[in-house]
Amino acid sequence: MFGQSILSLVIWVPILAGVAVLATGSDRNAALARWIALAGALLGFIVAIPLVTGFDTGTSAMQFVEKAAWIPAFNIHYHLGVDGISMPLILLNSFITVLVVIAGWQVIQDKVAQYMAAFLIMSGLINGVFASLDGILFYVFFEGMLIPLYLIVGVWGGPNRVYAAFKFFLYTLLGSLLMLVSMIYLYFQSGGSFDIQTWHTTTLGMTAQTLMFFAFLLAFGVKVPMWPVHTWLPDAHVEAPTGGSVVLAAITLKVGAYGFLRFILPILPDASAELAWFVIMLSLIAVAYIGLVALAQSDMKKLIAYSSIAHMGFVTLGFFMFSPLGLEGGLVQMISHGFVSAALFLCIGVMYDRLHSRQIKDYGGLVNKMPVFAAFFMLFAMANAGLPATSGFVGEFMVIMAAAKVNFWYAFVAATTLIFGAAYTLWMYKRVVFGNVTNPHVEEMKDVNAREILLLGVLAVCVLAMGLYPKPFTDVMHVSVVDLLAHVAQSKLP
Amino acid sequence: MSDFLTQFAPALPEIFVLVMVSLILLIDAALGDSKRYVAYVLSLATIAGAAFLTARDFSTMPVLALGGLFIDDPLSDVLKLFLYLTVAVVLVYSRDYLRQRGLYKGEFFVLALFALLGMMVMVSASHFLTLYLGLELLSLSLYAMVALQRDSSIATEAAMKYFVLGALASGMLLYGMSMVYGVTGSLALADMAQILSDGTDLRIPLVFGIVFIVSGLAFKLGAVPFHMWVPDVYHGAPTAMTLFIGSAPKIAAFAFVFRILGQGLESQVAEWRDMLVILAVLSMAVGNIAAIAQTNLKRMLAYSTISHMGFMLLGILAGSQNGYGSAMFYVLVYALMSLGGFGMILLLSRAGFEADKLDDFKGLNRRSPWLAFLMLLLMFSMAGIPPTVGFYAKLAVLQAVVEIGYVWLAVAAVLFSLIGAFYYLRIVKLMYFDTPHDTTPIAPCVDSRVIMSANGLAVLALGILPQPLMAVCMYAIGASF
Repeated sequence: MFGQSILSLVIWVPILAGVAVLATGSDRNAALARWIALAGALLGFIVAIPLVTGFDTGTSAMQFVEKAAWIPAFNIHYHLGVDGISMPLILLNSFITVLVVIAGWQVIQDKVAQYMAAFLIMSGLINGVFASLDGILFYVFFEGMLIPLYLIVGVWGGPNRVYAAFKFFLYTLLGSLLMLVSMIYLYFQSGGSFDIQTWHTTTLGMTAQTLMFFAFLLAFGVKVPMWPVHTWLPDAHVEAPTGGSVVLAAITLKVGAYGFLRFILPILPDASAELAWFVIMLSLIAVAYIGLVALAQSDMKKLIAYSSIAHMGFVTLGFFMFSPLGLEGGLVQMISHGFVSAALFLCIGVMYDRLHSRQIKDYGGLVNKMPVFAAFFMLFAMANAGLPATSGFVGEFMVIMAAAKVNFWYAFVAATTLIFGAAYTLWMYKRVVFGNVTNPHVEEMKDVNAREILLLGVLAVCVLAMGLYPKPFTDVMHVSVVDLLAHVAQSKLP
Repeated sequence: MSDFLTQFAPALPEIFVLVMVSLILLIDAALGDSKRYVAYVLSLATIAGAAFLTARDFSTMPVLALGGLFIDDPLSDVLKLFLYLTVAVVLVYSRDYLRQRGLYKGEFFVLALFALLGMMVMVSASHFLTLYLGLELLSLSLYAMVALQRDSSIATEAAMKYFVLGALASGMLLYGMSMVYGVTGSLALADMAQILSDGTDLRIPLVFGIVFIVSGLAFKLGAVPFHMWVPDVYHGAPTAMTLFIGSAPKIAAFAFVFRILGQGLESQVAEWRDMLVILAVLSMAVGNIAAIAQTNLKRMLAYSTISHMGFMLLGILAGSQNGYGSAMFYVLVYALMSLGGFGMILLLSRAGFEADKLDDFKGLNRRSPWLAFLMLLLMFSMAGIPPTVGFYAKLAVLQAVVEIGYVWLAVAAVLFSLIGAFYYLRIVKLMYFDTPHDTTPIAPCVDSRVIMSANGLAVLALGILPQPLMAVCMYAIGASF
């Protein structure tokens, strides 16, 4: 019955569930709000499963396509579809949403319905971003997700939340507004179409391509975030509640990287080739310099936030190697980082709920009091450092190999992440978990409960499965990636 | 006789409103203060009746009437329907506020309906004389409305400023019109367009006239550098009057500008486009930057109006059917948002408390989550963030500007709207992130609450499905070309 509209379901089920949660009203009905939210998130994940089972890995064409006139006055369509690049991201997002709802189960006691609703609505909007094949539809979802995220950071965040919420919102808005002007320009250049696939074949002069390259780069670079427009991320992460950090790191950063593949590379291939060095430089700076910055952090969330920036640098580096290996490496890294960063922020959330501190110095000797937790934390720390057999290794290794083919020095600088990543993650781990218990409050900490074991256990399985056998992921992407690269290789100059 | 009737038939809604206003004036004077609701109900009935007449005689083709002074075309009918809706909503929002302040008088209803009549004449004018007549009827009613609160020195000051600067603007407009008349020898817009498109040797007097006309229009719109009256009047006037000034007259002003520049002086687009570019850029800059510094919400929304008018001018300066349609969409959307914004101040105010400080919105989410949510929608819509309708309004005017090749102008516009996003976000911050310092229960009456809900949700609903309104605007403009 719904076979023709799976993508619409994937978008609208979480949004409608969010509205239903809002309808429960005040905190007197908090329990009801939680259960509706969980049901909505699970249902959102279930309706996304047919995307995997019905996916044809043999074609690069868009699948599960839906198209209907939306705003005929400007030839804007409600046009949805996924390929091997966007489908895994939708699944990742639907999956993480379930975890986020569970993660906020006990922690959030204030305005529960609004909290859960914000996450569900945002989940639907993000699915919309990945599924849109119309520029304006994409933009509506892309911008619309700022509203719930702004509220999540601002209402449930830490002491400096107002500053972080404003900074995050205005930074991302700056980028996307310039992108909007570029989209309107493309609309006229393509003869009056907002269809992204039509834009892929629109001829564009070099000047126009270059200017639009920077507009799109700003829009997506801010979201990724790339050095030097990354400064909103540590602030937003530190101030956001655990669920907000998880979604920020695991999902919203991917939206930026996804934009590179859907917009910048195929629409502006000549400018992309011409200015690849620029993106590569920014990515390498992110990898190496931000790695060093992470080393100096005393706040665990900030440390993981900087580590996210470094890891996302890998993603953009892989994209601009223009080889299947690099692109797929970047994509694998995106998904892996989704799991690992979500897990690490959840770990920090577990500790924060007990001690109400994120400072590394307040901890120490945790392994004596929380052995199960320490084991999970160990696994995720290792994955963050890129240990083989975890998902973190696969993507990094693929990108480094791709970089080595292009230029030895790219690979050399990129490989420093294996050292820095190990250094800052393991050093943090050592200070938090090992040693003697110095803080008397740590003595009172209890080990993870069943709910937390469920959350961390599921993510641990994902991290290990992807590390040991990444083939299903790369199979899904391969045809789309090869097709994208063939497309990028063709000049669009008139 | 029948010829006489066909000449007057297209103006039936105007005639109906005029007769009814005169009746209300007499009836209310006879009934006295205790039966004021009669005037209120009759006013709403008048608007409903006018809406019925307009909808019944909806013209799909332009019809000239009254010897070429008056035009009844799809544009005027569509705009009139929106004017009725806006004025009716204003009356509903204002009732409690006026009653609590001793302003609930028959004069208010009479002035509001006279202003409505003036606006109806403006949107249906096809001649410089009728345009000016409608504008003056509107303006004089508004001056009196602002001054209605006699014992408030700030309101009186606002009325004085409004009157003096408004009169100056009218003078400039008249002067410009006389220059154009000197060049073309006609006051009828259609004849004027015909003569000008054939070309004229009198370039200098013509451009001179256009400069004065554009200045006068800019005064009335509140575009920078002719904006000085806007913050003072919006701030000083009782909020109900601010609501009135900030909503319906903008729709009429759009029609006014479109009739003169888009129809009468259509062929001179090259002359007035650059003037509008300057006005638009300055309005967006000053409006958005000055709004940041305000602590009074009415004043902040006044500066926000200035910037919105700048945005609307973007659509007009494109000088294309697409551009006028976009500007019309923008102004209708703006009227909807403005109604909601000022209406919210009215809903939150009570006897002896104005609710017009930014701080009065602190923690609104804890006091009334529903009203806070509606205000959130309105603020994000004003900031132009999807999925609210404000985004499509911006999209429409931006594409019109890009179409004529002014990409830099579109870039400037989005940068200023980024600055603008800051102060709208600040309202959301106050409502959602802060704790309330005022815990008096909020108890607006049921009808205001229902209309406000419809108002706020319309911003969202039109944001998800903007096509109907967009199609109406494009149709109305297209049929008038």
